Order: sequence, then C-alpha cells, then structure tokens
Amino acid sequence: MVDDLYQEVILDHSKRPRNCHAMDDANRKAEGYNPLCGDKLKLYLKMNGDVVEDASFVGSGCAISTASASLMTESLKGKSREEANAMLEKFHELLTTDTPVSKDLGKLVVFCGVRDYPARVKCATLAWHTLKSALENSSEPATTE
Amino acid sequence: MSTVPTEVSPSFEVERIREDFPVLKQTIHGKPLVYLDSAATAQKPYAVIEAIRKFHEVDCANIHRGVHELSQRSTEAYEETRGKMKRFLNARTKSELIFVRGTTEGINLVSSAWGRKNVKEGDEIVISAMEHHSNIVPWQILCEEKAAKLRVIPMNDRGELLLEEYEKLLNPRTRMVAVAHISNALGTVNPVRQIIEMAHRAGALALIDGAQAAPHTKVDVQALDADFYTLSGHKLYGPTGIGILYGKSKLLNAMPPYQGGGDMIRTVTFEKTTYNDLPYKFEAGTPNIAGGIGLGAALDYVNHIGLNRIAAYEHELLVYATEALERVPGLRLIGTAREKAAVLSFVIEGIHPHDIGTVLDRQGIAVRTGHHCAQPVMDRFHVPATTRASLALYNTFGEIDALVAGIHKVKEVFS
Repeated sequence: MVDDLYQEVILDHSKRPRNCHAMDDANRKAEGYNPLCGDKLKLYLKMNGDVVEDASFVGSGCAISTASASLMTESLKGKSREEANAMLEKFHELLTTDTPVSKDLGKLVVFCGVRDYPARVKCATLAWHTLKSALENSSEPATTE
Repeated sequence: MSTVPTEVSPSFEVERIREDFPVLKQTIHGKPLVYLDSAATAQKPYAVIEAIRKFHEVDCANIHRGVHELSQRSTEAYEETRGKMKRFLNARTKSELIFVRGTTEGINLVSSAWGRKNVKEGDEIVISAMEHHSNIVPWQILCEEKAAKLRVIPMNDRGELLLEEYEKLLNPRTRMVAVAHISNALGTVNPVRQIIEMAHRAGALALIDGAQAAPHTKVDVQALDADFYTLSGHKLYGPTGIGILYGKSKLLNAMPPYQGGGDMIRTVTFEKTTYNDLPYKFEAGTPNIAGGIGLGAALDYVNHIGLNRIAAYEHELLVYATEALERVPGLRLIGTAREKAAVLSFVIEGIHPHDIGTVLDRQGIAVRTGHHCAQPVMDRFHVPATTRASLALYNTFGEIDALVAGIHKVKEVFS
C-alpha cells in the first residue's frame, strides 16, 4: 500500500542512518530547516580541494528525510563539486518530474516513489537543499521553502 | 477494540448527521474517508453550501449601498448573520460584532487598533505557553513597536496553565491578557472566566481566542465578561474567510479604525473624514458577503442540533479515543489536561509524525501532522511535531477504531 514510498532501502536507512554524526574536522557546514514540519538538519563536509572526501549529518526528521540524508552522504563521498551539483539536479528531477529515472543516481532511485506523494517532496529534498548551501558556503540556513 | 459505550447519547443520530456532509461520502485511496482534522477546518453541511449557492445564484449584490432589490436582499441576509451571532455569543448588541476574515484577523485588529492607542513603553502583554502563532505574533509585533514586554503564562506537563504563576505575572503595567479558550495543539480547555477575572482585578483587559472553542462549547461573552472574543467561521462548519470579533462597545468606540476605506466612513472630504458607527467603523471595503451568509447557515445548523448535545457526544468520543490510544504500546498523548476538548495529539516512539500521517492517509484517514502553528508548545514537550486527530459532531466510534487499526499498520511498516 505504501511500499512504493517506503521501500526497503529507505526503511533501512531511516532506522540505521549512515554517516549520522558530527564531524570535528569538517571544513564546510550548513544547516537545513523545513518550516513545514520543523525538521532540522546539520550537514558536514570535508572537502579536499574540489572533492568531497567525507560527509556526515545530524538532525531530527521523518523516515524520508533521514534516509535521504543518509543515502546522500553515502553517495557524495569521492564526488567532485561539479558531480555533486549534477547529482543534486538529477535528484530534484527524479522527485518532481515524470522523466525516466536516471541510472546515474544509483541507489538514490529508491526515492522515485516520492513523486506520487507531493506533500513529502520537501522531506526528501531537505538534505539536498542543505548540500547546496554547504557547497556555496552559505551562512544562512537552507530552507525547503 | 473497546466496547462502544451503550449509554451513548441515544438521541444523537450521527449517521443521519453524516448524511448532511457531502464530503464525507467518498473514498480516499480506495478506503472510506475518515476525517479527523476538524480542528484545522470542519467540513460543511449542505445547508451552508446551499446558502452560498443561493446567494450567488439569486441574490448577489453588494451590501449597505444601492436601493435596488438585490442589494437589499444581500444586506439583509448578511446582517442577519450578525444577529444570529449576537444570540450565539450572547453579546449585548449586534454592533459589538465585527466581521473579520477569521480569528487571526480578529486578534490583529485588536493588537493594531487597540494596541496602537493604549500600549506604551514598559507596558506588558500576557499570553500563554499554549497559544497558536496567531495569538503570539501580533502581540510580539506590537511589543516590538512600543518597547512593551510580552510575558508568558507557563503550563504543566498535562498541558494545563499554572494560574499561580499567572497571578505573579500580573501587575499595574499589564494592559492585556490574551489566551486561547481551547488549545488547538493540546485540546486543553482553559478556565477563561477565572483568567479574565484575574486580568480585570489587575486592571488589564482580556482577549479570548475562541477559534477552537466556538464549535465545541457554549460561549457566553457576558457571563465570561470577555473584553474581546474572536472566532473563525470555517471551524464552525461555515466557509473559510469569515469570522467574528466581539468587543465591548465602550472599548470599540474608543479605538481608532483598523483599516480605512469604503463603508467605514460617514463623511469624507480631503480635509477630514468622520467614521461610521459600530460595527461598520471596523469593516472597511466590500466584505466576504457570501461567507457571512454561509456562516449564518452554519450557526443555524449548529443551533438546530444543539451545542450541548454536540459537546456531550464529542466528549464520549474523546473518552473512547483516549482509552483506545492509551492502549497502543509506545504511543504517548501530548496534552492530558483534566478539562479537555476532542483533540488527541500524540507521538509514537521512533516514528516521525509525517510518516504516521502518510501511512494513515493511504488508509483514508486524514489527520494533521506537524507543529500545529504552535511551535512553543512543541518545544515545551520536547517534540519536533505531533500527530493530531481532532473530532467533530460527524465522527463515529467506528472511525476511532479505524484510527487505532491504522496506527497498528503504521507500527507494522516501521517496526
């Protein structure tokens, strides 16, 4: 019934989020906030030149937003800034358009079910909004609004 | 499953009442709709829908101007609602009832028009820890503008205001006490009569946010001795965009206008404008005529069933639902005041309200999830959000069983 949204991978990452910790030696940090539900997220990046060497997060959120942050931080490691930005765009496309699912997204395609739940798109994109502001080194908290 | 109480108000024919609400006759994701979000907005009976349709189809004209037949019919129908509202709230005169867009505008009208004139530097406004944002932010704006101070009545873990702490907050600088009659996030029924009396003893005025109370409990503004009382039509089975602000004549007369425009004036020249009498002084521009007429039909509908019967039936639902939810392992009710209206806010260990809301929705069950425009309440109970089921006269014991079954399904998905 709701299995299309809560796929096994999403449930797994929401219950046991990966990279869910603060990072002392991060050189990029950003905060994200979804005013609609009060979800908060802190994202840490360790950039080595132009490459994301490590990524982690802390925060409180629903299963979708926690799994999204967990899977995002996993997929970011080793990616260049340009690749990360491209992923961000493709992820957004995955959630908000009917275009065929891009294979480049790897595991992140599990979020394609969110398309059918417009009220939940912002839950899935919170981590990615925050990533954008971390990459831009913005001091303003990212919001989903 | 709990046993449905056999002493359920025998004369309360909920199945017949449900027939009056067309929206309830549908399925959502293949399941019968279980609407448990009436604290956000209540559904509308045919009588209301029909009154609005009739206005647009038969009587439509602007009001308070024009001598033609349609304008007179529209004016009459619109003003009739004011008369019905006078009886509904037991106001002294119709002129004490001002049409507004809703509770939010009612509070903003008072904080702006009354506040601008009467609040000075160092003065204090008292609100409570369980207010909706609409009874916090207007006062914050006023306090910032006037260098006044906002004080907050705290509450206990059940979600009850601490009156002894309130007493300590009151002092000669207190100008206004603004509190909710019933909390939208917790369901607490506040002892507003006592709160108002204490405000008056300190020389302050009192405004009551009646958005949640008006559909569930008989309100008598004279018995309460409220200075201002405001409510929204759409929570009272009426349309959106219409509400009422009650104010004592003496106070309203002494207040400057809220907005300028047509209808609120007596004479206008470029040198000077004189204002209209109450209540029109506060009703600038063409109002929500259809909304006003729809609200009148909603009041008739509620009166026809009887608020006391509605309250008694909703209380039985609340007791049943509270017992049923308390038996769900890992579920914690937020808001367990001894005096409570039919609102059940809860959290489930390890499952976010948004996920609960989505899984319930797929079973046709509509609940509210989030902070309910009461972020300070969420902070007070150390939760980011809650799931809220709010009940109304058309809900049934079977729907509460459906909610409980739905919650078990939620737990299955996230186990």
